[in-house]
Amino acid sequence: MIKDRYDVVVVGAGPAGSVAARFAAVEGATVLMLERDREPGIPVRCAEGVSHNGIEPFIDIDKRWIASQIDIAKLTSPNGESAFMHNNGVGYVLERRIFDTALCELAAEKGVQLITKANVVGLIKKNDKIRGVKFRYMGETKEVECDLVIAADGTESRVGRWAGIKTAVSLRDIDTCVQYTLAGLDLKRNTCEFYFGNEVSPGGYIWIFPKSDKTANVGIGIAGHLSHKKGPKEYLDEFVNKRFPNATITYTVYGSVPTSATLKDIVKDNIMLVGDAARQVNPITGGGVVQVMVAARIAGRVAAEAVKKGSFQAKFLKKYRREWDKTLGNTQKVMHSMKEKFLFMTDERFNNLVKFCQKIPAEKFSLKALFTEAVKGDPKLMLDVAKSFVVSKMKLK
Amino acid sequence: MKINHELCDICGTCVAVCPADAIIVSEYKVEIDNHICTNCLNCLKVCPIKAIREG
Repeated sequence: MIKDRYDVVVVGAGPAGSVAARFAAVEGATVLMLERDREPGIPVRCAEGVSHNGIEPFIDIDKRWIASQIDIAKLTSPNGESAFMHNNGVGYVLERRIFDTALCELAAEKGVQLITKANVVGLIKKNDKIRGVKFRYMGETKEVECDLVIAADGTESRVGRWAGIKTAVSLRDIDTCVQYTLAGLDLKRNTCEFYFGNEVSPGGYIWIFPKSDKTANVGIGIAGHLSHKKGPKEYLDEFVNKRFPNATITYTVYGSVPTSATLKDIVKDNIMLVGDAARQVNPITGGGVVQVMVAARIAGRVAAEAVKKGSFQAKFLKKYRREWDKTLGNTQKVMHSMKEKFLFMTDERFNNLVKFCQKIPAEKFSLKALFTEAVKGDPKLMLDVAKSFVVSKMKLK
Repeated sequence: MKINHELCDICGTCVAVCPADAIIVSEYKVEIDNHICTNCLNCLKVCPIKAIREG
């Protein structure tokens, strides 16, 4: 039964929402989660690549939502030369549709209630204080009261705006994306591929994430301020026509990834923002699933603590901000500075970078080595990169 | 601003870059409130399917 009142209402049942909901409920909070779509995980707006080490703390690995296991990353420069990275840990290409539902099931086991097809349309405020949310459900506007709202409503987050938080990102801090799921391919299913260059994918990259040896997510993200004249679809179509002329598209999806640092304000009285809504994605890779689950776990725990203490002011909720900055938020800031560098990288520099990678012995080739080389000539950023890799290694464990 | 709903994928990219909070998105539809819109053209520039035009 759905009640009129909960300690916490979570808006959005993606990985950020369901993990925040679960960790709040584990500690005793009553939690309602509202999802706009008919089921969690759809439509899939995601390249679906994650690392084993990243997701393993949050859910037992289950074949049901793993399409393929990735061991090798292939990087290709504008001049067509490639380097192979073998040493970056095991990765998976997910079936997000099943994965997101599995995360919701874990939340439900801890007592979280979920309503799907529930579109949140506003906040309830009394004396300027957030006291609940309004949502459209089955043709009616419903209200539910709560002490704390967790906004996990994605890139297009409006809940944060209703609370008076500035959430808009600049064009250079968003990657505009298109992705096809292609069938009829002939691929190595353990190898993901990345293509760089200003003619291929300005300010971003093209990815190939195999879901089997015959199918793959093939997508592109380009920097928002470089997409006006020629959009991501045109770039991707050129690539696909050349590389996979005989493939069939079984799924097409459009979307975007915020590539800024975390928003200045992710808490206010009675509200916290998590996930894409808080802009917690890795600004270089565009990877978000793991990062936002880390943030959501912190948010959920702080929410439960707030419930126990009866303390919902921003002053207390800022604990979530502090913990996030310590775990990944500060690293994300460094990544954002690096991304600014990448935005101005010439094709020649990309070519040299891949050439450099080819010379590193396979067992020593890691993302850290790659990033360090990429920011060569900027000693401060090199130091920041080195530090951030030490920190993220410790904190993710 | 006008949205071509036949192209629009309801991805919300336009909402994320709108500094005026003039764009509303539901499960079914994206709408721009032209009374609030400041004509900054952010949405038009960044739309991945070019479903937005001036007018």
